[in-house]
Amino acid sequence: MIVLLAAAVIFPFFAGRYMMSIGVSVLLMAALGQSWNIMSGYAGQFSFGHAAFFGVGAYTSSILYVDYGVSPWIGMLLGMGAAALLGVLIGFLSFRYHLRGDFFALVTLAFAEILRVLFNNSAALKGAEGVLIPYRDVWQEFQFRDDRIFYLILLLMVIAITAFIGVISRRKFGVCLIAIKESQGVAQSLGVPVLKYKLAAMAVSGAAAAMAGTFYAQYYGFIDPGTVFTSSISVEAIVPCIIGGSGTLSGPLLGALIIVPLQELSNSLFEDVHGLNMVIYGVLIVVFIMFCRDGIYGALVKRQKGVET
Amino acid sequence: MNIYVLQAFLDGVLMGGIYALAALGLSLIFGVLKITNFAHGAMMTMGMYAVYAISVGMGIGPYAALPLAMAMMFGLGFLIQRVLINSIDHAPAYNQLLLTLGVAYILENVLLMVFTPNYRTLTVDAFQKAIHIGPLTVAPARLIMFAVVLAVTAGFYMLLYKTRVGRSIRASAQDEEGARLMGIHVKRIRAAAFGLGAVCTGIAGGLLTPVMSIYPTLGESFQLKCFVIAVLGGMGNLWGAFLSGIFIGVIESLSGYFLGGTWSEMLIYGAFILILLVRPTGIFGRGNRRES
Repeated sequence: MIVLLAAAVIFPFFAGRYMMSIGVSVLLMAALGQSWNIMSGYAGQFSFGHAAFFGVGAYTSSILYVDYGVSPWIGMLLGMGAAALLGVLIGFLSFRYHLRGDFFALVTLAFAEILRVLFNNSAALKGAEGVLIPYRDVWQEFQFRDDRIFYLILLLMVIAITAFIGVISRRKFGVCLIAIKESQGVAQSLGVPVLKYKLAAMAVSGAAAAMAGTFYAQYYGFIDPGTVFTSSISVEAIVPCIIGGSGTLSGPLLGALIIVPLQELSNSLFEDVHGLNMVIYGVLIVVFIMFCRDGIYGALVKRQKGVET
Repeated sequence: MNIYVLQAFLDGVLMGGIYALAALGLSLIFGVLKITNFAHGAMMTMGMYAVYAISVGMGIGPYAALPLAMAMMFGLGFLIQRVLINSIDHAPAYNQLLLTLGVAYILENVLLMVFTPNYRTLTVDAFQKAIHIGPLTVAPARLIMFAVVLAVTAGFYMLLYKTRVGRSIRASAQDEEGARLMGIHVKRIRAAAFGLGAVCTGIAGGLLTPVMSIYPTLGESFQLKCFVIAVLGGMGNLWGAFLSGIFIGVIESLSGYFLGGTWSEMLIYGAFILILLVRPTGIFGRGNRRES
C-alpha cells in the first residue's frame, strides 16, 4: 500500500502527457469505485445509478461557475451537499418502501435516467449542449495549466475517500454497515439504527461521487448530460470494485489500476477495431463474476489466510 | 376526437406490440430465473442483426429470415444460461445482474466489431409504402410486425399452458425445489426459459429491422423501457407484461404528441419509480417480488 502510494505520488514527475492522462483516468475510476464501495461494497445497497451523483456534482459546480462566477472549489462542496441530499432522498424513498436487491438497483438507475433526460431538455440547465468551462489558469478557480497539479489533486481526493473508508471500517459506523450487509434483520434486532446508517452511507457515497464529478468537469473542461449522467459512468463505478474486490479497502484501487491500462492497451493495439476494448471489459466482468467473486484483493487475502473455498 | 390523436394512438399500439413482446421475454426470464436481465437490450439488437445478416446473406426477405433468427436466438439464450448463469446459481443476486451486464457488453461490442457502428437499413419498398385505413395511414411493415407479435404471443401461450415443457417452466417458476422433486430437470428448464426469453426479445428486435435503421447500441434504448414495462405488469407476470407493453406504447405515443417526445420519457421513468416504490408487484398484482 505504501509502495503504491509512493509510486502514485512520484508518477507525474516521470510521466509524459499521454501517461498523465492515463494516470488521471485511473484515479478517476478509483474515486468513483471507492464512492460506490461505501454504499454498495460495505453497506450492501447495490447502486446502478452512481452517474446521478457524479452528474449532480459536475453540473452544480459548473453551472454555478459559468453563470454565477462561484469558484468551483465552493461549487464542489455545494455539489457534494446536493448529491448527499439526493442520496438521502433516494435512500429514504427506497427504504421507506422496503426495496431491496434488483429493485433498489432499478430505482437508482431510474433516478440517473430521469436526471439525464431532465438536464437534456431544460434550457435552464443548459440542455443538450452541455457546459463549456472557460479556461483561465487560476488556482482559486480550480484551474491549472499543469496537468500534474490536477493529477495530484485527484490523488489527494482518492486518498481522502480511501482514508475515510479505512477509518470508518474500524469504527462503529463501518462495522454496522457491514452488519447491515450481512444481515439486516440481525443488525436491526441488535439495536443498529439501520435506516440512519444506510442513509448516511448513501449520503457519503453520493458526496464522494459528486467530488469526482466536479473534478471531471474542471479537468476536461466540458460536460453534457450524455456523458456525465449515462449508465456507463454508473458501470465505471461498479467494475473496479468487482475486479479488485468490493467491500475491501484497496480493491477498487487495484481494479482501476488494472482496467484502465488494459483498455488503453487494447485501444492502441487494435486502433481500428471498434468495440474490442469494450468486449474485453465485458469478458473481464464475466470472468471475475464467475471465477473470482471476491475480486483480486479478496482472493489474495483468502490465500494469505490459507482458506480454501 | 382529433385525427392526429387517433393516429398517435394507432402508432402507439403497434409499437407497443414490440415493447410487449420484448418485456414478455424479460418477465419470463425473471419469473423462472429470478434474474433482472441487463443483457436484454443487447439480445434484442442481436435479433435485429440476425435478421439483417440472414436476410442479406441468403438473399431472402426479412420475414423469411425470422424463423432462422429465432432458432439462433434460442441457442444463444440457452447457452448463456447453461454455460454462464447456471454456474453461479447460488451467488448473491447482484452477481447475476452483473453477469448479464458483462454479457451485454460482449454481445453489443461484438456486433460493433462485425457490423461497424454504421446505420444499416433493410427496408423493402413494398412494405414501406403507407396504406390508408380510413383517415389513418400506416406502413404495412408495422402491421405485419403487430400481426407477428400477436401470433408469437399466442404461440407462447400455447407453449406455456398446453405443453409439458410449458408446464415444467411454470412449475419451476413457482417452486423450484418442488419442481425438482417432481422429476423436472430444472437446470434444463431454466436454460430453456432463458432461451425462450431470448427468442421473444430476438423476434421483437428482428421485426424492427424492416421498420427502422439499426445500429449496435439501438437495443439499449429499449432495455430500460422493458424494465419499466415488466415492473409495471409485475415481474414474472407474463400477461401483465404484455398488456403493460401495449399500454406504455400508447402512453408514450400520446404523451409524445401532447408533451413532446423527451418529456414523455420523464413521465414514464417517473411512473416507473413510483410503481417500484409503491407497488413493486405491478399493477396486476400477481407478479412475484424477490427479497434478497
